[in-house]
This record gives sequence, C-alpha cells and structure tokens, in this order.
Amino acid sequence: MLVIGSGRVGSAVALALRAAGWEVTVIDEREEALGRLGDDWTGEFLVGHGMDLQLLRAAGIEDADAVVVTTDGDNSNIVIGQMAQQQFGVPSVVVRILDPARAEFFASRGLNVVCPTSSAISTLTEAVRAAEGALR
Amino acid sequence: MYVLIAGGGKVGSNLARTLIREGHEVTLIESRDTRFAQLEAEFEHQVHKGDATELFILERAGIERPPDFVVAVTGDDEDNLVICQLARHRYGVPNVIARVNDPRNQPYFDLLGISPTVSATATIMALIEHEVPAHGLIHLLELKKENLVIDEITVGERAACAGKELGEVAFPAGSRVISVVRDGKAEMPDDSLRLESGDSVLVILEPGKEDELRRVLVRE
Repeated sequence: MLVIGSGRVGSAVALALRAAGWEVTVIDEREEALGRLGDDWTGEFLVGHGMDLQLLRAAGIEDADAVVVTTDGDNSNIVIGQMAQQQFGVPSVVVRILDPARAEFFASRGLNVVCPTSSAISTLTEAVRAAEGALR
Repeated sequence: MYVLIAGGGKVGSNLARTLIREGHEVTLIESRDTRFAQLEAEFEHQVHKGDATELFILERAGIERPPDFVVAVTGDDEDNLVICQLARHRYGVPNVIARVNDPRNQPYFDLLGISPTVSATATIMALIEHEVPAHGLIHLLELKKENLVIDEITVGERAACAGKELGEVAFPAGSRVISVVRDGKAEMPDDSLRLESGDSVLVILEPGKEDELRRVLVRE
C-alpha cells in the first residue's frame, strides 16, 4: 500500500499498517518527513510531490491494494485520490479532507473521504451536550 | 455575459480587465492579501477576497446564478482542478476553462474531463514546432474528440525513405498519408509515388505516434 503525505496522520497510519504486516511505501515532499517514521522504518520512502505521476508509478501505484492520501493540502489530496481511483484502479483509496464542505461534495462524487474536522465538530458538540445533561 | 475568474494574478487580472472593457460582468476571486489590496483599488466590488476552492467563497462571488463561464487561473493546478469540478458538477456552470501550470499535470485535467485547458508551456512548444522547420514535424490540426491529429513532416535530406515508393514505407499503424507537397504543388498520392527528400508529407494519425512518424520519414 501507499501513504502519500507523511505528517502526523500519514506517518502513524504507515507505521500501524507496516506493523500489521503490510508492504508500505511512503511519499512525502520533505526528506525530513522520514524522521516521523522512526529510525527502524522498514518500508519504502520516496521524496517528491504526490501529484507527480512518474513518482506514483515508481512507487508502484499500479499494483497497490490501498492508497491513503494525507498531504497538508485538501485539493492535492482530492485530485491524487481521484487519479488513484479512476486512472490506476486502486481498489481502496482513502482521502483526508479537512474542509467539511469539500469533503461532503467529493464524497458524493464517489471518493472515500475522511474529514477530521467534521468528526471533531460532532465529538465536541456531543461532549458539550453531555456536560449540559449532567448539570441538569 | 457573466464570467467568474478564480485567481487574480497576471492572467486573471488582465482577462478581467479585457472582459469588463468589452462590457461583460466579471467577478474576480483572489486569496493573497497584498495582491487583493492591489486588485481592489482597480476592480472595487468586482473582486472578492478568499480561497476559491471554498464553497462559501464561490457562493459569495455569485457562482449559484450560475455564471456563463468559470475561469480557473490560479497558480496551483490542484486548485484549478477542484474549482472546475465544483463549478461544473455542484453549481451547473456550463463552461469552465482551466489553466495548467505544470504540463505534467495535464493527465489530471484529461481524466477529470476538464477542458479546454490553457498551458503556456504547451502553447509555446506548439509555436516552436510550427515556426522551426528543422524540428521536422508540424501539428496542423488536432481533432480531440476523434483522437486524431494531422501533421506535416518534411522528408529528411538523407532520409532512408527518400527514393522509396510510398507503399514500401512502413508508416505507423493506423496512419494515412493525405497528401505529398513537392515544389509547392500538392499531390494526392497513390502507393507508387516515390518520395524525395524535401517533400512535405501530410499524415493523419493518432496523437502520440509522431515520434514514430518522424523516425520513418526523417531517419537516415
């Protein structure tokens, strides 16, 4: 599988899946991002932009079973996810989108979207409601 | 006509200026603070501040009317790709035009059906191919829907194919010679026509087979 964007989220996903026995290739623009994977990272790591089709092919996207897209740009994540799904036919593509409005629209266009902002909003709202209930 | 332009750089602002001068209604969206301040001095209420990939910014700029055209000319291809998809599929905008900043990203625009696209690099390359005969091959026409191009190519000075009959030359599969121009006169050739160096050969073929064609007609 491929993880594109190795920030806090991407690197943790890569580490968890590697530990679970997956063959993992990580792509990030910054060489320093390798640091997040730790000194004993046993997967692949490629430096470059996640939209770079040559790089994606070199990373083996054509044979990937899953792609997780978690760069720091919503729009990059969206179009990389669409490319992985529609052009390379990756069976499982998950895309992180922070903006709830775009997340909802691109989910309706067939992308498998995770929106941490929406999750945070509902968790926080629920927490306040629960606290309010306890006060009464 | 109402045109929404995302991206107020050189391309976006000059386009806005030209359209306004011709009497069209224009809204410009720009996200950078200093650039927005400059644009506001000139375009006043016709420029909106914000990220044109945010739905509420697009809506504030009037995308729900919808505009006749949405032109996405920001400096980021991923933004232009998202703006055009939102415009077309969420707001029903009939026409979108996108700028391709990095020609290597063209496949994204093709995959997502975003057309027409404008790329400075591709335009300049096409001009060079038209203007520099030494390059050997000239794109005369591109039939995008039919996936065919018509190219003109000059038989090289010591090309291996010179002196051969057309029927003996191994043209790329699926290509067809339309005409051979010699000394300014166009012939509708049959297989027995003997090629000479300096002949201009007009060929219809699939895009991407140009290199193969060039090898056949130019290689020594």
